[in-house]
Amino acid sequence: MRKGQTAKINKLEGIAVSPGIIVGKARLVDRSRVKILYQYLISDKQVSQEVERFKEALNTTKEQIIALKNGMPDQLKQHAFILDTQLMIMDDGMLSKSTIDTITKEKMNAEWALKKSIQKIRQLFQQIDDGYIKERINDVEYVAERVLRNLAGKEVESLSEITDRVIIVAHDLSPADTSEMNIGKVMGFITDVGGPTSHTAIMAQALEIPAVVGLESITQRVQDGVLLIVDGNSGEVIIDPDDDVIIRYQEKQLELERYRSSIDRISHLPAETLDGHRIAVQANLELLEEVVPARDHGAEGIGLYRTEFLYLRSRGVPSEKELFEDYKELAEIVAPAPVNIRTLDIGGDKFSSDLNLTREMNPALGLRAIRFCLKEPKIFKSQLRAILRASAYGQVRLLLPMISGLQEILDTKKILKEVEKELNNKKIKYARNIKVGIMIEIPSAVTMADALAKHVDFFSIGTNDLIQYALAIDRINEHVAYMYQPFHPAILKMIQHVVMAAKNAGIKVALCGEMAGDPLCAFILVGLGLDELSMNAQSIPMIKKIIRSISMKEAQADLEHIMQLETAKEVRKFIVKRMKPLISELDEKGYYIKVS
Amino acid sequence: MELIKKLRIDNDLGLHARAAAKIVELSRKYESELFLRRDDEEVDGASILSILTLACPKGTEVEVRAVGDDSEELLEKLSELFKGKFGEKK
Repeated sequence: MRKGQTAKINKLEGIAVSPGIIVGKARLVDRSRVKILYQYLISDKQVSQEVERFKEALNTTKEQIIALKNGMPDQLKQHAFILDTQLMIMDDGMLSKSTIDTITKEKMNAEWALKKSIQKIRQLFQQIDDGYIKERINDVEYVAERVLRNLAGKEVESLSEITDRVIIVAHDLSPADTSEMNIGKVMGFITDVGGPTSHTAIMAQALEIPAVVGLESITQRVQDGVLLIVDGNSGEVIIDPDDDVIIRYQEKQLELERYRSSIDRISHLPAETLDGHRIAVQANLELLEEVVPARDHGAEGIGLYRTEFLYLRSRGVPSEKELFEDYKELAEIVAPAPVNIRTLDIGGDKFSSDLNLTREMNPALGLRAIRFCLKEPKIFKSQLRAILRASAYGQVRLLLPMISGLQEILDTKKILKEVEKELNNKKIKYARNIKVGIMIEIPSAVTMADALAKHVDFFSIGTNDLIQYALAIDRINEHVAYMYQPFHPAILKMIQHVVMAAKNAGIKVALCGEMAGDPLCAFILVGLGLDELSMNAQSIPMIKKIIRSISMKEAQADLEHIMQLETAKEVRKFIVKRMKPLISELDEKGYYIKVS
Repeated sequence: MELIKKLRIDNDLGLHARAAAKIVELSRKYESELFLRRDDEEVDGASILSILTLACPKGTEVEVRAVGDDSEELLEKLSELFKGKFGEKK
């Protein structure tokens, strides 16, 4: 009883951002602020001494940062410019000159004067609209903190002096922090704040070490040197575990590593059921850079290439050339396997300030994706041209998002014809009769699937949006997020209807939502008869393994039963029971699977 | 000598930290003082923080003003920097 209670208290749950399990000692990175006291300087001599003291602290800080920069490990060299910026900030009149002015004119001590300068800069930065530039205030504060420490004559806590292998515990980690770390000695990161895209997460993934962020109060609950278990798969952190728990986790860690590599080793094998039905398992990609890892994980083509990134990154409409080069390279790498390039799936407001689009009350139901593209034919045509041109270099297929009815398909095909004609006139090569598919993610498209199937070459069911639109829930709204249920019988019936429509028309049908990569859904999706499943690359080895362990006959028999069930809860219960052997195997190996 | 010129920001990221740092670096090489103006706001071209607070995205027209003996060369080098997108690819 007592033991159970302690275990509960010592276990924290955060956001898992980089996988793996580690057991190690905590190294608390405490950058608690130096206390600043106000002091009035009486004599002129005191004033000039104070100015000198400030200049000295500034110089010491500069030297420290230069030393950091020179000692940067190669993996992090591309972040060196952050330190250059910090050096420049120290030379900036807004920081150095204004502080010296305050010391001399207002006869204040250096610490207080510096604090005043920082406050002024902070106020200025708060008015900036641009989030990226606004964030540079962090660099200013980081520099100021170092100067303050040097003024106080305190040693700056250095992360480069870590000699044991440790788990870094911090409120948050800045690029400068990670750049001064002795990377080889760091086993993992855990922080109070942060999310999946925070610097800590990106760094941990690059270094391939586990990390858990968003633990809220971890820095207050952990002392230096305390033993920790960090599970970067489940997001669990255990403080001061007893021996049994440690042994359990160490075994789990080993098992997981062994298990992972055993699955990875067979991930190049085709996803074929025991009774010989093959399903193409593909990857969803956002960036060109992900394509090689995806292939290594056993992806047989790219089921969904999201094209929004280039539009968002460049803060404006990218040129046709830029798009073409990106798509061409993708097509070439993936060939002879196919790539489904999905046309722009965002609203115009997201990437362009000059289009003057008003903020929408309900963006999910607003002017976005195919609607936006048809309204802005210039932007659409440029992307279509880029895709068509890339089709000469591999197996490119066109995928249209957010189709609600036949009209949008007809309108798009008309534009596509025009683009083809332009290319013909200019004698630019492209693959004739490019395959055109549509995303099935709006309930009206499900209802009309039979009619739509006659006009396109393939369907791709986008379950993320379909669930949202069909069940009328906003996924971002935390009050209804619990209703987001892939196992809702209505969703399963919709998928079944779409698959039937595709089979009747003799076209291929794929599924590319999160459901595709969910081990619990695999059984149903096989039974439903989907031709292709497209998912995030890391899920591919596991899904392939599951498909290879079941038979189509079984899956179809189960599906028949599942389709009789009336609530998502019943469906889930049935599946969990059906997959019990696999779930307990995964659980035993430390592979995290969300069952409830 | 005082010279004024209008320059446009063509790199995708706009006048962010790295680009601003390059302007500061350049202005420090010259005797002349450099000022950047966007709309009604004019800032010191030798201060990275001031330049950042202008928050100029791609496409912004900036009026640059150089005061001093070598102002001509400074502005020439500065427009090269702007035209070359601050050494960025996009």
